[in-house]
Amino acid sequence: MRYGALLAIIAAIIAAFVYAASDKRQPVSAQDFVNLQQGDVIQQGFRRAHANGFCVSGEFIASGALAEYSSATVFQTGRHPFIGRFSVAGNNPTAPDVKAPVRSLALTLLPDSAAQWRTAMNTPPVLPVGTPEKFYQQLQAIKNNTIAEFFAAHPESAAFLQWRASYQPTQSYATEQYHSINAFYLINNAGQQQAVRWAAVPSAASETLSSDSQHDSQQEPAVTDSLQQELFTRLAQGPVTFDLVFTLATANDNASDATVLWPATNPQRIAGQLVITAANEQKGHQCDALNFDPLVLPAGIQPSEDPILRARAAAYAESHRRRAREVLLESLTGNNSAKGAGDE
Amino acid sequence: MNKPQVYPIAMRLVHWLMAALILSLLFVGLSMVSSLGPWQYTLLQWHKIAGVVALFAVLLRVALRLSSRTPALPNAIPKWQQAIAKLTHLAFYALLLLMPLSGYLMQNAAGRPLSVFGVSLPSIIATDLAWYGAFRELHAWLSIALILLIILHISAALYHGLIRRDGVLRSMIKH
Repeated sequence: MRYGALLAIIAAIIAAFVYAASDKRQPVSAQDFVNLQQGDVIQQGFRRAHANGFCVSGEFIASGALAEYSSATVFQTGRHPFIGRFSVAGNNPTAPDVKAPVRSLALTLLPDSAAQWRTAMNTPPVLPVGTPEKFYQQLQAIKNNTIAEFFAAHPESAAFLQWRASYQPTQSYATEQYHSINAFYLINNAGQQQAVRWAAVPSAASETLSSDSQHDSQQEPAVTDSLQQELFTRLAQGPVTFDLVFTLATANDNASDATVLWPATNPQRIAGQLVITAANEQKGHQCDALNFDPLVLPAGIQPSEDPILRARAAAYAESHRRRAREVLLESLTGNNSAKGAGDE
Repeated sequence: MNKPQVYPIAMRLVHWLMAALILSLLFVGLSMVSSLGPWQYTLLQWHKIAGVVALFAVLLRVALRLSSRTPALPNAIPKWQQAIAKLTHLAFYALLLLMPLSGYLMQNAAGRPLSVFGVSLPSIIATDLAWYGAFRELHAWLSIALILLIILHISAALYHGLIRRDGVLRSMIKH
C-alpha cells in the first residue's frame, strides 16, 4: 500500500516532466517549424531559413525624431553602431540569391550595449496569414505544390498577394525596401505607448531586375552570390544607405494582425539613416553567431501581441541551437565541411 | 558532538523555496523551447531572472550548509546508501551551480544582453557560435541530469518517509 503510494507519486512526477519536455503538447512546435523549413537535406552549420547571406556593419545615425515616442537609446540623436546581415529566403546556402522570392535585412544595433535592439526585416510588408499554425500550413502547401489552393482558402492573404503581384525585384540588395512586418510598441519616458511598424527605405535609385537574371538564361546561368557580389562592388564605391522609416498606427489599426497593410495616410517619422560601410562573407564574421531574434528589444520598445512574432522568436531559437551544435561538433572533430552559418 | 535531529530552520526554508523555484525553472525551461505560444516570451524573460536568483540562492545554500550542523543519517542505513546520499547531495550543489552558469554563458555567447530587475549584467565571454553551441547543449544535458537527480532524491525521501519511517524525511519538514 505504502509502496503503491510511493510508486504513484514518482510515476506522476516523471509523467509531468515527460509531458513538459514533449513538443507534441501543441499543434505546431518550434521543432516542427524548423524540421519543415530545413528540408530533406540538412545544410550543416547554416541557418534553417535564409541560409544564403553575408555580414554587413555600419552606423545608424539617429535623427532624434522618435525620441518623443521611445526612451530607447538607439532613437536618441547620435551615431549608433550595428552589425547586420543581408540574406534571401530558402534553406540552401548555395541557391542563386537573385532567384529567391524574398530578400532580408537583419540588424543588431548597439551590439555591445544593454540597450541592444535586433530586427529582422523582409521585402514583403505583410504576411499571407496571421497565426503560426496557418503559417506552418502555408509552408506545407509550398512543399506540396498546393499553395494556390491554400491562398484561395485564406482570404486574409489578399494584401500579401497584391504586394506580390506588384513587386519587381531590383538588381541590388541596396535598392530594396525591407519591412518589420510585425508591429511593435514604442514606449516613451512618460510610459505612453504607440504601435508602430518600420521599414528600411533605400536611398539609392533602383533598376528593376531584367527577367533574364531572374530566370536561367543560356548565356549567363544564375550564380549563388550575384547579389552579394553586387553589394560588395557597390560598397567599394561608398556607403550604402537606408532611411529607417516608422509608420505610426492610428486607432483603426490592429497591431496584432500582420496580414493587413496600414493605410498610406498614416503618419510617418524618419528615425534616422542606416549607413552600411563594410561587408564580409558570413563565415568567420560577427553576424554569423547572431540569431536576429525580433524579440531582443531594449527598454523603450515592446512586442505587440502578434502571435507570429512570438513564433518567430521560438523558431529562430531552435534554428540557432541546431546550427550552433553542428558548428561545435565540427570544431571538436576538426571537420570543416560546413562553410559557416547562414533566417534567424 | 551531538548531531541535531532536524535541519536548522534556515536550511529547511531555503530548501523548500529553492525546490519550488527550481521545479518552476525546469518546467518553464522544458516548455518554452518548443512552444510557439504567446506566453513564450514572458516565460523566457522570467526564466532568465529566476535563473540569476537561483544562482544567488545556491550560493546562500552552500554558505548555510558549511556553517550549520546537520543531522546524520540513522546508523541503521547501510554504508553504501549513506555514501550515495552524500554523493547525490554533492551532485545537487554542482548541478545547481552549473545550471545558471551555463545559462548565463550561453546568453553571453549568443551576444544577448542580460538584465535583472533593471540591472545590466556584464558579458563574461565573447559572442561565438561554437561556444553558444557548447553552453546551449550543456544547459540542456545538465537539466536532464538535474531532473534525474531530483527524481532519485524524491524517491529516496519518500522511501524514508513512507516505508522506513526513520526520521530522515522529517528532518527536512519538521516545523
